[in-house]
Amino acid sequence: MKLAYWMYAGPAHIGTLRVASSFRNVHAIMHAPLGDDYSNVMRSMSERERDFTPVTASIVDRHVLARGSQEKVVDNITRKDKEERPDLIVSTPTCTSSISQEDLQNFVDRASIASDSDVILADVNHYRVNELQAADRTLEQVVRYYLDKARRQGTLNQSVTDEPSANIIGIFTLGFHNQHDCRESKRLLQDLGIKINQIIPEGGSVQDLRNLPKAWFNLVPYREVGLMAATYLERNFGMPYVSTTPMGIVDTAECIRQIQKHVNKLAPTLSNRTLNYEPYIDQQTRFVSQAAWFSRSIDCQNLTGKKAVVFGDATHAASMTKILAREMGIRVSCTGTYCKHDAEWFKEQVQGFCDEVPITDDHTEVGDMIARIEPSAIFGTQTERHIGKRLDIPRGVISSPVHIQNFPPGYRPFLGYEGTNQIADLVHNSFTSGMEDHLLEIFGGHDTKEVITKSLSTDKDLTWNSESQLELNKIPGFVRGKIKRNTEKFARQNGVTNITVEVMYAAKEALSA
Amino acid sequence: MSIKISETLTFECETGNYHTFRPISRVARSYQKIEDSFSLVVGTKTCGYFSQNALGVTILAEPRYAMAESEEGDISAQLNDYQELKKLCLRIKKDRNPSVIIRIGTRTTEIIKMDSEGMAPKLEIEIGIPIVVARANGPDYASTQGEDTVLAAMAHRCPEEKISTGKRNKTIQDQAIQDLFPFLPLEKKGETPKPIRFRNNPPLVLSGSLPSTVASQPSSESKRQSIQVPGWLPAQRYSDLPSLGDGVYVCGVNPFPSRTATTSMRRRKCKLIGAPFPIGPDGTRAWIEKIRSVFGIEARGLEEREQQMWETLKDYLDLVRGKSVFFMGDNLLEVSLARSLIRCGMIVYEIGIPYLDKRYQAAESALSRDTCRDMCIPMPRIVEKPDNYNQIQRMRELQPDLAITGMAHANPLEARGINTKWSVEFTFAQIHGFTNARDVPELVTRPLRRNNSLGDLGWTGLVKKEEGMKFN
Repeated sequence: MKLAYWMYAGPAHIGTLRVASSFRNVHAIMHAPLGDDYSNVMRSMSERERDFTPVTASIVDRHVLARGSQEKVVDNITRKDKEERPDLIVSTPTCTSSISQEDLQNFVDRASIASDSDVILADVNHYRVNELQAADRTLEQVVRYYLDKARRQGTLNQSVTDEPSANIIGIFTLGFHNQHDCRESKRLLQDLGIKINQIIPEGGSVQDLRNLPKAWFNLVPYREVGLMAATYLERNFGMPYVSTTPMGIVDTAECIRQIQKHVNKLAPTLSNRTLNYEPYIDQQTRFVSQAAWFSRSIDCQNLTGKKAVVFGDATHAASMTKILAREMGIRVSCTGTYCKHDAEWFKEQVQGFCDEVPITDDHTEVGDMIARIEPSAIFGTQTERHIGKRLDIPRGVISSPVHIQNFPPGYRPFLGYEGTNQIADLVHNSFTSGMEDHLLEIFGGHDTKEVITKSLSTDKDLTWNSESQLELNKIPGFVRGKIKRNTEKFARQNGVTNITVEVMYAAKEALSA
Repeated sequence: MSIKISETLTFECETGNYHTFRPISRVARSYQKIEDSFSLVVGTKTCGYFSQNALGVTILAEPRYAMAESEEGDISAQLNDYQELKKLCLRIKKDRNPSVIIRIGTRTTEIIKMDSEGMAPKLEIEIGIPIVVARANGPDYASTQGEDTVLAAMAHRCPEEKISTGKRNKTIQDQAIQDLFPFLPLEKKGETPKPIRFRNNPPLVLSGSLPSTVASQPSSESKRQSIQVPGWLPAQRYSDLPSLGDGVYVCGVNPFPSRTATTSMRRRKCKLIGAPFPIGPDGTRAWIEKIRSVFGIEARGLEEREQQMWETLKDYLDLVRGKSVFFMGDNLLEVSLARSLIRCGMIVYEIGIPYLDKRYQAAESALSRDTCRDMCIPMPRIVEKPDNYNQIQRMRELQPDLAITGMAHANPLEARGINTKWSVEFTFAQIHGFTNARDVPELVTRPLRRNNSLGDLGWTGLVKKEEGMKFN
């Protein structure tokens, strides 16, 4: 047992559900007790999803614990099959089913006979993998299932497209700025004259998965989800993949150069030409993206040598560290990730760009580290945002876990050339606001702070007795002042001089009426 | 048009495939309420992930709550439960020094059959802090019932009421009251301007955790009616738990603590006052009237007070009159809320509810029936353990003006042109007593008022290709 208040990555089934509900017309059925459909709330609230989340639970109650699920799982699968007619039903184990050790595979086999939908059991173990690993695994499992099926049915089409084309793998629901990144990646590929073959899992159809091998290569923008599927496709279909995250000026260029390498393996034979993306990279870097110019401007000069701490998932923390250190001249004192399973890769990526590399999923450790370093800015998750708030250090959010604020309706990619602009803004705003705060403190604060509010209380004619004083103190701080003013206003209007608890409530009733 | 009103309530029971919060979500409530407690949830990552998302920012404000996260070694019994738990409790004692540790069991501890109740007494002696065990697990309970299990466990810890000796331990009792209700006049407090004399009613304990500002309102309400409330379960501090025992009356303020009521009656020999719940002016009045009638005290001016509250609600009532509501059901407040809304002039199509304790809610159900009769509307069907999928199909037919639903369905329903109000807000808002009478209609009318201001912009259906109410 370990004591935990906060976790960075969620439990395994959340990853599976996120992948399953990203596909079109795929339904997930969890084997879980009441209340475990919480991921629906997250999707519906955080992503402001308009459609019902295609996830239901096959409820584990006392009866199930006593006698086993028996027909229940099978019935739930076949019922969903009739109601929704999904292409695929993903049966999802949870921590509960891990312990109760029911033979879910058997249920799935039986249900798939009775239903028109395909039915698979997500191959994830609650105690071995976290949300991100499970998402990666589930995506690979679905891809493999449909390619195997197509191969068996002889409908597999292995001939590549005439024009250069790519699959984007790993864009999914509740991913940090994934929707915007998806649009930006598409734009990048379009600029390069590359057609999008498929984007999975977000918005993809499992029926189309058999056409995945038609693309020339796969683009895997995030380290966490999609690599397993990409390596599977490479092994079985010889499809190359690009896994350099196009985040920041340097890495975006690097990603484009790798794309060029893969495209030029096929382009001379298929379309009789060799592609050269260097002019595009140069044009974008110097004139379209503002980030390269920003790093030369005197704004950014002022950031030179400022201390920062970075923490997040492997992809975003590594990219952000490289951007801060390599592209903006900021000193990254420490950069860490909670993706413990990918620690080796992470250390290699940030080597030479920072002083310390903590790999931990304990947020108190991260908090203590930040307190010790006292950086000028923090780039992290929601948790680090709160740590920054408490320590009064400016902060920017760069990675999951996040909340609803980080699902902005406005266009905010982190990837590609527009992404570099967004990141420049984020960094600039964090540091400048920090500078402003310091200056204000030195010069005695904003004068607006000193404005004497037109207070209604003169402390002369009104007295609060000790009970009402106590009652007032129980009211949360942020509304206390208002309640006090309202009560006094009411007391004055009614000619009351001694404010008792009764007066307080009478005031509340009168004013809200 | 005459409508036949059935005299009996109709109950239905569906599949139990509905969305609700896990009972451990109420941990948030308990630890905020009981200031010197520390809640330890023993469970897996799933429970932890849920609480951190559901509790949102509170979790990062140094909560008096933590997860004991079970690892593979715990499940396969390679590690000793007792030793592991002791290690964590000692750490909590060192870091926070609480007066009580509330140890919340989850589905995991149920399945691996961890003997929590057995371990607690031994552990308690070893570490020197009371350990209260509550099983708030998903297989057995829904959302607010989590609080019920905590309170029921607390009821065992309440000191014994020694009414037979005639003299209670006055100083301790006074202190408890003093802390809970600083305004209650006590003899030793000379400065109290006009001491109100209480009738000599037997001790009354109200159960259900309410925010402290709200908690003092029902008791000041009873004070107006000269009923003395010696205690609340839970109290602000664990050390101030009220006395229970033979001759003590208990009364619920919320519809969900039915286990607590049972425990108070059966184990602590208390007498339960079965009353409607003080939600809405009608409920509050009926609640006080019931308590008074039990104590044989005549009600004074209650009718006027209720009437006066309705007057102040007039602007809201104009908005809701004749509008229809559909409760999907997830927090057990549904019957009381529906009753109050019917009194407001609304039509309720369906009351979904996770669990209905017919005995504990008997008075509330009776009041609902009377309210329907008075308002001349048919009694809505009450659907226990509802099936969300079926409910959405029904809603598609009925097209209610308002759906009171969980957050999982709210946005999808709004996108299909059905106004929604998140049910969770009712569990956190201040909805009890006369003083808060405006808060329920405030919540209920919010989507309706939003509609008034967005007027005729013409974009209510916001889903691509009208799939209607398909679940997917």
